[in-house]
Amino acid sequence: MMPVTTATNNREEVRRRSIEALTPEIVAYIETCAQDAHASSHLIGVLHKVQAHFGYLGREQMDAVAQLLQVPASKVTGVATFYHFFRLEPRGRFVINVCLGTACYVKGAERVADRLCEELGIHFGETTRDGLFSLEGTRCLGTCGLAPVIMIEDRIFGDMTPDQVPALLEKHVLQAQREDRQNGD
Amino acid sequence: MVTLTIDDVKVTVPKDTTIMAAAETQLGIKIPRLCYHPDLSMQGSCRVCIVEVKGVPFYMASCSVNVWEGMEVQTNSPAIRQARRDIVELLLDNHPRACLTCDRDGNCELQNVAYATGVRERLFAGERKRFPIEEDGSAVDRNPEKCILCGRCVRTCEEVQGVHNLSQQGRGFTTVVSPAHNDNMDGSVCIQCGQCIAACPTAAFTEHDNTEAVWKALADPKKHVVAQTAPAIRATIGEGFGMALGTPATGKLVTALRRLGFDRVFDTNFTADLTIVEEATEFLNRFQKGERLPLLTSCSPGWVNFLEKFYPELIPYASTCRSPMAMMSSLLKSYYAEQTGIDPKDIFVVGIMPCTAKKFESRRPELRTADGLPETDAVLTTRELTWMIKNYGINLAALPDGSFDSPLGESSGAADIFGTTGGVMEAALRMAVEKITGAPPETMEFADVRAVEGLRERELKVNDQLTLRVGVANGLTNAKTLLDAVLSGEKEFHIIEVMACPGGCIGGGGQPYPPEGYRIFDKRLLAKRAEALYSIDGAKTVRSSNHNPAIKKLYTDYLGTPGGDKAHKLLHTRYQPRLPRGIR
Repeated sequence: MMPVTTATNNREEVRRRSIEALTPEIVAYIETCAQDAHASSHLIGVLHKVQAHFGYLGREQMDAVAQLLQVPASKVTGVATFYHFFRLEPRGRFVINVCLGTACYVKGAERVADRLCEELGIHFGETTRDGLFSLEGTRCLGTCGLAPVIMIEDRIFGDMTPDQVPALLEKHVLQAQREDRQNGD
Repeated sequence: MVTLTIDDVKVTVPKDTTIMAAAETQLGIKIPRLCYHPDLSMQGSCRVCIVEVKGVPFYMASCSVNVWEGMEVQTNSPAIRQARRDIVELLLDNHPRACLTCDRDGNCELQNVAYATGVRERLFAGERKRFPIEEDGSAVDRNPEKCILCGRCVRTCEEVQGVHNLSQQGRGFTTVVSPAHNDNMDGSVCIQCGQCIAACPTAAFTEHDNTEAVWKALADPKKHVVAQTAPAIRATIGEGFGMALGTPATGKLVTALRRLGFDRVFDTNFTADLTIVEEATEFLNRFQKGERLPLLTSCSPGWVNFLEKFYPELIPYASTCRSPMAMMSSLLKSYYAEQTGIDPKDIFVVGIMPCTAKKFESRRPELRTADGLPETDAVLTTRELTWMIKNYGINLAALPDGSFDSPLGESSGAADIFGTTGGVMEAALRMAVEKITGAPPETMEFADVRAVEGLRERELKVNDQLTLRVGVANGLTNAKTLLDAVLSGEKEFHIIEVMACPGGCIGGGGQPYPPEGYRIFDKRLLAKRAEALYSIDGAKTVRSSNHNPAIKKLYTDYLGTPGGDKAHKLLHTRYQPRLPRGIR
């Protein structure tokens, strides 16, 4: 039988770097999945775990998943880019969700959204360069009585007008500064 | 058997026949199609092949629906003809209106289907997808705006080549076929074989153009422009000029190249012979020492890329012989330059190759002169050369025969068959058997290794003491099967020949698009092209590489002994693992 380990075999090196890109828990989970006859069918579950930990799917992490689960990288990114749930960019500290449901839309959500884009200098799906805010659109949040509604992290802000946007953002900037000072950063 | 009616005609076909196949085999009706290919898995995404089935409230894709008893199919009712035309129009309306300036103008499946389905005006107007065009790669360019998402390239890359580089990314209107992370081809696991170009019905993939660089060199009086033509070109170049499929056009090819202005026309076949002498010597050395077997052949640059990215642990088993093109370029800028007194910097070497991976190979840092210049300055595919000849206004079919320049133009029959799967193996066996037994083989034709199938394993009895076990694979999914069996210890071989493309170089990623009535991977097409090469070989008196007098002379005058120091410096190379590592 032929020796499978030669000086040109980079398998272990690639594997080691893949493990470093993830956490031990995720690696252990992938290893359980990899033993399954249909290892590739666990891809979505693995990506969920990666996103839960890192907040998004980074290039290094997706490549690591490909190597450890032995699923082609083009398939991993194909799945990651297909589902809206998966994020390929890091999320900001405050995720702003603008409700674009019917009621909010009718009551001027679009104008609020435009003002948010303008103030933050980003489009929907993007994150500000300082990493503070991400902007996303969402469907009905179930609080149509307060329309138009935006949600920052888990707090709802109702009856929004474009003019309220700057003060609301400023409040979160100050909150972040306060938190940083408390944490001694 | 199942009985049904197609266009009111009763037909009986075996169970599990598709509607498309039943219409074609029983009634000769070729239902238009784009995403369908018989050698690839079913996708059913283009919807061009829809038909009406009585009792079914929607149109069915005839490529992917099997017939049933009593089925009533209409392939050409007014409603279905209208629907089919609408579908093609919608494809066109999300496609650049660039037919006049497109590489595939006149040879485009989308264009043909648009004509055949009767699209005469474009009714729908709307947003069209926009994507960056990748045209700075070394071998394969990508224009996703021309992509119709039929998935033929994706399935080819995955199922035929086992590379899985291409996949659909994103969703809906912004879906794009690309490597992982939308990386460019050179930065991905792509092995540059160019089968995506062959598989594409439009021009979403094309070879990276080198014709401009060649025109420029030809017009430069200071440049000594030298062509070398791969074994497989002579079997296919005639196709673009109306010559019958499988007609060898060696002499006409030489004349055409001279008329284009090449100063010398040499034959890569010469260095194919040289490859055999070096490779057979390498094999015999390893065989006698009983080490590093099987020897893996190394003339297919797509396969070499695959080795480096997917099977780097097998690198020590690969022959260190350069490809015949690289050997020729190396000799042109050393031996030939010395003989003629021309400064190697003024020699412009153009490889005429059936292959896109050769373009990538020509950029490899290990294949450069001491001054850092590429030994091969430009590589043209068969398609690019066909265009250049037409562009010049030459009808190749009407040209008189010319002959290659000496001495790098003489070759044995063994070199001709390099261009087809099994050919390198057969050429090596012709010499190796003689070296092992001390006498030439009884027959030069090793019929056992001939065929255009993807995978062959054979035992060849050399004499009473020795039987050689050989493996031949074309298409890298087939190569995987052999290599995995070797790695697991399940099988042992002395030599494995791998060619990246289905059928070998005759089915290369740079070969002419199949003529009317044929398709890529088509065994009938490959067999005809292979037959051209076997016929050239059969007509030669010298059929074994080691008996080529010009090769013997080159060793005496310049190289020394096969496998010797000088030969090693000029004719051999090294490989290294490359990232990203492929998933196999």
